[in-house]
Amino acid sequence: MSRILIIAEHDGLHLNPGTAKCVSCAAALEGGTITVAVLARDPAAVASQAAALAGVAQVLSVANPANEHPMAAVLAPQIAALAKDFTHVFGPATTFGKDLMPRVAALLGVPQISDIMAIETARRFRRPVYAGNAIVTVEVAAGIQIAGTVRTASFTAAGAGGTAPITAVAPAVVLPTHTRFVSVSAPSSDRPDLQTARRVVSGGRALGSAEGFKLMFALADKLGAAVGASRAAVDAGYAPNELQVGQTGKIIAPELYIAIGISGAIQHLTGIKDARTIVAINKDAEAPIFEVADYGLVGDLFEIVPELGKLLE
Amino acid sequence: MKRILVGIKRVVDYNVRIRLKPDGSGIVTDGVKMSINPFDEIALEEALRIRERGGADEVIAISIGTSDAQQQLRTALAMGADRAILVETPSGPDSSLEPLAAAGVLLKLVLREQPMLVILGKQAIDDDNSQTGQILAALWERPQATFASKVELLGETARVTREVDAGLETLEVDLPAVLTTDLRLNEPRYVKLPDIMKAKKKPLEVLPLASLGVSTQRQTAVVRFDPPPQRQKGVMVKDAAELVAALHAKGLV
Repeated sequence: MSRILIIAEHDGLHLNPGTAKCVSCAAALEGGTITVAVLARDPAAVASQAAALAGVAQVLSVANPANEHPMAAVLAPQIAALAKDFTHVFGPATTFGKDLMPRVAALLGVPQISDIMAIETARRFRRPVYAGNAIVTVEVAAGIQIAGTVRTASFTAAGAGGTAPITAVAPAVVLPTHTRFVSVSAPSSDRPDLQTARRVVSGGRALGSAEGFKLMFALADKLGAAVGASRAAVDAGYAPNELQVGQTGKIIAPELYIAIGISGAIQHLTGIKDARTIVAINKDAEAPIFEVADYGLVGDLFEIVPELGKLLE
Repeated sequence: MKRILVGIKRVVDYNVRIRLKPDGSGIVTDGVKMSINPFDEIALEEALRIRERGGADEVIAISIGTSDAQQQLRTALAMGADRAILVETPSGPDSSLEPLAAAGVLLKLVLREQPMLVILGKQAIDDDNSQTGQILAALWERPQATFASKVELLGETARVTREVDAGLETLEVDLPAVLTTDLRLNEPRYVKLPDIMKAKKKPLEVLPLASLGVSTQRQTAVVRFDPPPQRQKGVMVKDAAELVAALHAKGLV
């Protein structure tokens, strides 16, 4: 029987949707029981959201002023102490989970399976390697605890309807003071979050400038969409780095992905493989993006995008 | 002596389109161009810039791999590393170390060299694990600042800007610490021919893996490699109106 501990990602008030996807991943482990741990300064609000997720059997809440900002060096020893009785410890494969979970795995002395995209058995997992150009199936030896990060684009979020009990716990560990939070940039807009948006409008180098890239924001606002960018557009300074989609940026799975002026480098395609419908607009009919697009349109984006905007009004 | 250790992994070059072996046991690497993991080049560049600003005295490039990895270490020396260490693993299938074992090896060298900083790539572009830096920091019981896009050294501490999903986060960490690099930290320099000649004379120490006394027993086994599921090629539309009509028909707009 599997006993899975999931580390909740949150901003102090709201549970990140990646956590509900971890719950779905854990639910794919046959006969498992799922516990969610919420570490925060004041975990009450987030713990009750976690308790309401379908499939969650228990929520552990850890209140500590040191947990106000998520820092791996501070969280990991607490999680390692909580993890003793569990067979699996999962977190989302977001920057939060990628930073934190290997540190937890190291303290436990156990292997981590990164970017779990499918569960074959309680010890056998599938994950992408080489920027998604190969999928490897990995098996963990018997009798070893397993740490993992969950590729959130591969799982649907667990629904509501849970009524798990919330238990306050206080792991008896000494927390390091060698790592201190200074600041985090405020969210740059009230547009939908790129990671969880149903629609995404994404721009590439062909936008030509930060000024040109504003076309993406205008179109996104007409669609109620989030804005993404290729690495080329980010490197050229047209868009901020948190918009980057791809192997080294965000891996997303929207219902609609509109790639504009993006050629479709393999490192970008790995970030959008799970999009339900992909639309590509590019002046180069040979661009690799058209190989994966459900709808392709060859032409000048500076004419097409404003026209699309008008048609969508 | 203020030292910076930099991890250098030999990987299939960024521009190579990888092919699977027909039996699913791995990736074809015979005759394939190999390079320094791009994130490790950024790590080395950052270490060199810190040294050139007077913030460190020595930059040591470390690789764990078969003797072929000496090529990548020579490149690192040509870029400007002062010396290199190869922890040589036996060649053959399954010779690569898991992240926990790799971090254990790095820890041995960290304890020997006593660096002020260890800079690693945030992930290797072959296994895409993104684990080794964090594990090393935990085993060493030191701070980690992952996915760094800006590093400022301030005496006994470093102020590191990190690329996180929300945007940019800044941490202050006591030294020594482990950093892992994101793409926008810097642009690595090109190697010039005279530097390649000079690099041949720089020290490159080879340590057999077995001599370090680190457990490298695998905890996981690769069952098989599969190609990724392919998306079906879709249809081409002639203009914006036809596109909007198609998206309407599918209920997407």
